[in-house]
Amino acid sequence: MKQGIFTIQENLQIAPDMYEMALTGDVSEITRPGQFVNIALDGFYLRRPLSVHDVDSGAGILRVIYKTVGRGTDAMSRMGPGETLDVLTGLGNGFDIAKAGETNLVIGGGAGTPPMYWTAKALRDAGKRVTAVLGFNTAAEVILQQKFAAANIPTVITTADGSAGIKGFVTAALSELPAPDYTFSCGPEPMLRAVYDATACPGQFSFEERMGCGFGACMGCSCKTKYGSKRICKDGPVLEKEEILW
Amino acid sequence: MVDLKTTLSGIVLDNPVIPASGTFGFGEEFAPLYDLNILGSISIKGTTLEPRFGNPTPRIAECTAGLINSVGLQNPGVEKVVGEELPRLARHYHKPVIANISGFSVEEYAACAARMDQAKEVGIIEVNVSCPNVHGGGISFGTDPASAAAVTRAVKAVTKKPVYIKLTPNVTDIVSIAQACADAGADGLSLINTLLGMRIDLKRRKPVIANKMGGFSGPAIFPVALRMVYQVYEAVDIPIIGMGGVSTADDVIEMMLAGASAVQVGAANLVDPWACRDIIADLPERAEHYGIRSLSEIIGGAHEK
Repeated sequence: MKQGIFTIQENLQIAPDMYEMALTGDVSEITRPGQFVNIALDGFYLRRPLSVHDVDSGAGILRVIYKTVGRGTDAMSRMGPGETLDVLTGLGNGFDIAKAGETNLVIGGGAGTPPMYWTAKALRDAGKRVTAVLGFNTAAEVILQQKFAAANIPTVITTADGSAGIKGFVTAALSELPAPDYTFSCGPEPMLRAVYDATACPGQFSFEERMGCGFGACMGCSCKTKYGSKRICKDGPVLEKEEILW
Repeated sequence: MVDLKTTLSGIVLDNPVIPASGTFGFGEEFAPLYDLNILGSISIKGTTLEPRFGNPTPRIAECTAGLINSVGLQNPGVEKVVGEELPRLARHYHKPVIANISGFSVEEYAACAARMDQAKEVGIIEVNVSCPNVHGGGISFGTDPASAAAVTRAVKAVTKKPVYIKLTPNVTDIVSIAQACADAGADGLSLINTLLGMRIDLKRRKPVIANKMGGFSGPAIFPVALRMVYQVYEAVDIPIIGMGGVSTADDVIEMMLAGASAVQVGAANLVDPWACRDIIADLPERAEHYGIRSLSEIIGGAHEK
């Protein structure tokens, strides 16, 4: 874990209530897709934990995509280039790409899709076969489709209302795709549960919980697993399929 | 040079800054960040006789200048704390620690304290009679002078280590509880624990926290804590560890002027993991700024002589 002052390069709206922020700073502690950063905002006591969307280690660029869900993220969405943020980096275990199979599905839902971009690229770079399934409520909320395409990652879009891609949840796409050897998933808990139930293969699931500190000190985000209690922020957010207790 | 030393029941602390129970675990997440030996002491995660998972999530709600937590005393139980956590902490931290204990009956407090009494790493036993999170739990002891005194006597009977009772602010008259503990033989007092609070999610129209209510801490409660330390200092002759929203070196000095012999830092550790290190680093310059040569000389300094 490191604390650093990051400078905003851009902060753009990419969908209703969704923003992508690029920041420059010391990204040396950000080593695995699925990790998160914890951002302090003026006037708000707790930091905002946001998953890493992408990182450019050479250029020192961190990208996060966030949904405006309250006053804190609203304030963040109004910040502009040149402004600075106090960021804790290198938080969470992240996905373990080494455990991937020959064929892999990367599955994201809504605000859980951003970290799956770096995850998919890391799998591709590791020589693994990877297909992405990205689920949204409606066409207007679809994000990242072009980015996945530009990264040469075959991508299936689903929308709950059928306004783009396959109609239904991500599980609607799973039934049309060949069964993978392994899955990597991030999204709302009902989506994670549905993927868990719909797939026979092993996988890793990234969970979300309200956090106090984000680095394992306060026990605010504990959950029960097959191997005892774990802290979503420190021992997670990624859990192995076989240890999850719903 | 400003003398930062202070004393708690004969134990000399290099400085008055102590991370508060529940915000520092057993030190394991902080040991990689800075040398823990700069700390005056460490109050370890609240420990109970049996292991506890704690309350359902969400356990955390943000507030203006603070947060509410409803962790519910999650801990691995006293056997594992004494057998594994304290030895592990001792590899990083070489001074006496403060063992924070809780219980759900007088007997449980005594059994937990008796086990902590055997731990060589423990300098002081801090008895939480105030955690507002557990249904039918600690709250009943800390809100009634007779119950608080009963716990004090039971713990004192099983240990030679100094016993500090950590008081809840969720009472009508904290002074009467403090006096009852002092009369029952407490060696010192820690105050204050969190204030019972609540937030409601406007979109869901439901409490943010699964258990509805929780303990409010952070800079917002500092004036309440300071006032209570000031009042209790006037009423008892035993040392006080002051806590509640302490976030800066100036807060430490203010708390000592109110009557605290040492000061715990809680919520600040959660938003700035280096908070205690930075407060300790700032203390000499801030003390000098106010013309203080020795911190121990200012304890209770705001009271009329």
